[in-house]
Amino acid sequence: MQVNENENWKPKIIAFCCNWCSYSGADLAGTNRLSYPAEVKIVRVPCSCRINPMFILRAFGRGADGVIICGCHPGDCHYSEGNYHTRRRMTLLFSMLNYLGVESARTRVEWVSAAEGQRFVNVMNSFVQDITELGPNRRLEDLRCREN
Amino acid sequence: MQRIGVFVCHCGSNIAATVDVEAVAAAAKKVPGVVFSADYMYMCSEAGQALVKDTIKNEKLTGVVVCSCSPHMHENTFRKAASSVGMNPYMVEIANIREQCSWVHKDRELATQKAIGLMQAAVAKVQLNAPLTAGTTPVTKRALVIGGGIAGMQAALDIAEAGFDVDIVEQKPTIGGKMAQLDKTFPTLDCASCIVTPKMVEVAQNEKVHIYSYSEVTDVRGFVGNFTATIKRKARYVDEKKCTGCGLCTEKCPMRKVPDEWNMNMGKRSAVYIPFAQAIPKVATIDPRYCLHLTKGTCGICSRVCEAGAINYQAKDEFIEEKYGAIVVATGYEMIDPGAYDEYAYTQSPDVVTSLEYERLMSAAGPTGGHLVRPSDGKEPKKIVFIQCVGSREEDSCKGGKPYCSKVCCMYTAKHAILTKDHYPDTDITVFYIDVRTPGKLFDEFYRRAVEQYGVHYIKGAVGKVVPNPVTGKLEVQGADLILNEQVHIDADMVVLAAAIEPSRSARQVATMLTASMDTNGFFTEAHAKLRPVESPTAGVFLCGMAQGPKDIPETVGQAGAAAAKVIGLLVKNELTNNACVAHPDEWMCNGCSQCEKVCPYGAITYVEKEFKMPDRTKKMRRVAQVNEAVCQGCGACTVTCPSGAMDLKGFSNSEIMAEVDALCR
Repeated sequence: MQVNENENWKPKIIAFCCNWCSYSGADLAGTNRLSYPAEVKIVRVPCSCRINPMFILRAFGRGADGVIICGCHPGDCHYSEGNYHTRRRMTLLFSMLNYLGVESARTRVEWVSAAEGQRFVNVMNSFVQDITELGPNRRLEDLRCREN
Repeated sequence: MQRIGVFVCHCGSNIAATVDVEAVAAAAKKVPGVVFSADYMYMCSEAGQALVKDTIKNEKLTGVVVCSCSPHMHENTFRKAASSVGMNPYMVEIANIREQCSWVHKDRELATQKAIGLMQAAVAKVQLNAPLTAGTTPVTKRALVIGGGIAGMQAALDIAEAGFDVDIVEQKPTIGGKMAQLDKTFPTLDCASCIVTPKMVEVAQNEKVHIYSYSEVTDVRGFVGNFTATIKRKARYVDEKKCTGCGLCTEKCPMRKVPDEWNMNMGKRSAVYIPFAQAIPKVATIDPRYCLHLTKGTCGICSRVCEAGAINYQAKDEFIEEKYGAIVVATGYEMIDPGAYDEYAYTQSPDVVTSLEYERLMSAAGPTGGHLVRPSDGKEPKKIVFIQCVGSREEDSCKGGKPYCSKVCCMYTAKHAILTKDHYPDTDITVFYIDVRTPGKLFDEFYRRAVEQYGVHYIKGAVGKVVPNPVTGKLEVQGADLILNEQVHIDADMVVLAAAIEPSRSARQVATMLTASMDTNGFFTEAHAKLRPVESPTAGVFLCGMAQGPKDIPETVGQAGAAAAKVIGLLVKNELTNNACVAHPDEWMCNGCSQCEKVCPYGAITYVEKEFKMPDRTKKMRRVAQVNEAVCQGCGACTVTCPSGAMDLKGFSNSEIMAEVDALCR
């Protein structure tokens, strides 16, 4: 594993959040003034099943160090079963990530409900910590075409 | 190229205290495509919205990014503002720099940087946004009410009052529900039948209300405004139109040993029966499980005595299909079977009864004509013990226990005690309770009346065991008084169990048909526990009565009226605006594989054969996906499933999301 050369290195983290549960959970974290690292940036999607595995690979290709997928708890999906699709798709994607050159620990699926502001913060804190320990996402760096 | 305006809100100090809003606005100016940026104290205020509107006009903006609070707060506000000056509302994006930035980060520099990142992502998305127009679908101006108890009847009457047709589907042979079985109602002690039977008549006489009794909803398809329900009209073996309800058949029927559900199986009825005198519709029903003609091919007396010629042994279940704009769920409740609580000896002694059975024993229309006697020997009970919370507020679910409070038991037990003392003042009544819960108008006064005026003994504690004594015929109640900390032994003549209330057994099937969600206890969940208490999360489905949770009659009636108001609000509309963010296939890329059809939870995707003009000018028939925009809810499951990438979601397209990802990774 790479050792962080720069002490001040901060990971880039993309969080895909479903509109109904996790995005609202993130909003609730804000309303309750709970704090999590500013490296986490949220992309709103209608449902976690909208997240194409290509989006995750794209994020890694563009330099994200971690990508986290948040949806409603199983059984609570606003669209009744979207998160079940997510669960299967991501299991499949994660099984291939190492092969693709990304440590599979750089991704995670977490269920966060609209009432779980504290859980959102806990999840993000632990994810940022994991990614910080993993260090920058260098393994894909040689393969990707940078925009600039 | 878009001409984008970026508007950064201070939200007083909510954002500005942590995020350098001027820096965000300045950074926006450097983003390609942004032609205007400004920060303002309260962007959602009238003046802030005016700034957005004026800038759209003056700068000829084609897209807007508002950096402010969560889109769940003000996305609609700014979309409306934009569309009021002619911009397509879907060209507005919100960068959430309050809930997801200024409120969760303390470091001003980091927060500002993140806010700039979020702003850039929103700009990147607007760059690719396309104007969207939501379609509309017509609304069927007819409502379906599932359940004909007090909740369903009230909802139906209120909807009919507004001029809409309503169908009530009730699985029992009569409407009226559990309330019609009650003797008196708390805390006023007015007679339940005297209130509910006129209501039933009102329903029957209302031209706008149609009752499908002895019927079930077996299938529901469609969506808000456009449901199609299949109603199974169970074979009654009596022609509803011909039967006059004279009751001659019920008198002559030789099969008289059928347990009478109406009297909680404590009395007997005939195989052809009218549940009770005021039943509506007042039509006889033949119980095919007991009818001698239907089971053995003998008898046939009812058909001979019926002067109207209404008996038809050949009748079959009928299925009818009807279209509805809205559906009200009023499936009501049942009591749990306290038989699992063996310690209370419910299965061992007929003198241990549930509260609903006790209610029938008290009722003038009940099996004993309102004369309170022990079911075992017909003697008047002198000592009665009431046990509260049988199965309520209990975690032991293997016995059928419920974690929640059944809410009405404390009050109806006080009612039973008062009524019993009223009729038989020398009766000794003891109530074992965990807590007495009396929140409600005149409720606590009522309970105190039972204690102070009528001298009912309330003992805080639990009953450990009820032992029927075969010699004395008494029930030995062994309990504990938690306040005096001593054991209590009572030789009771009757024991009444306040069994927990649970959702009707048919509720789950109804929920499945409607794709309406239920909580862990099987009650229907509301769209929002506080703000949308009578709506199901499934659009067009409304809830009232015990189907949603335990409640008393006034609450049920109030909720039914609220559900009716919501239904009326829906049905007065001629058409509904659809979700604009729907899936749509690129028909040239679609290869007709049907994968998307399989994952769609709404059945919004179908396949059609379409003629395509090929590049070589030939014509070719191809099988392609077609999305019903009125049904699609825009989850996006199909977009990821599509192997050829033909399916995309408007408003959250692949390119838009990737542009956001790119911007955030920069």
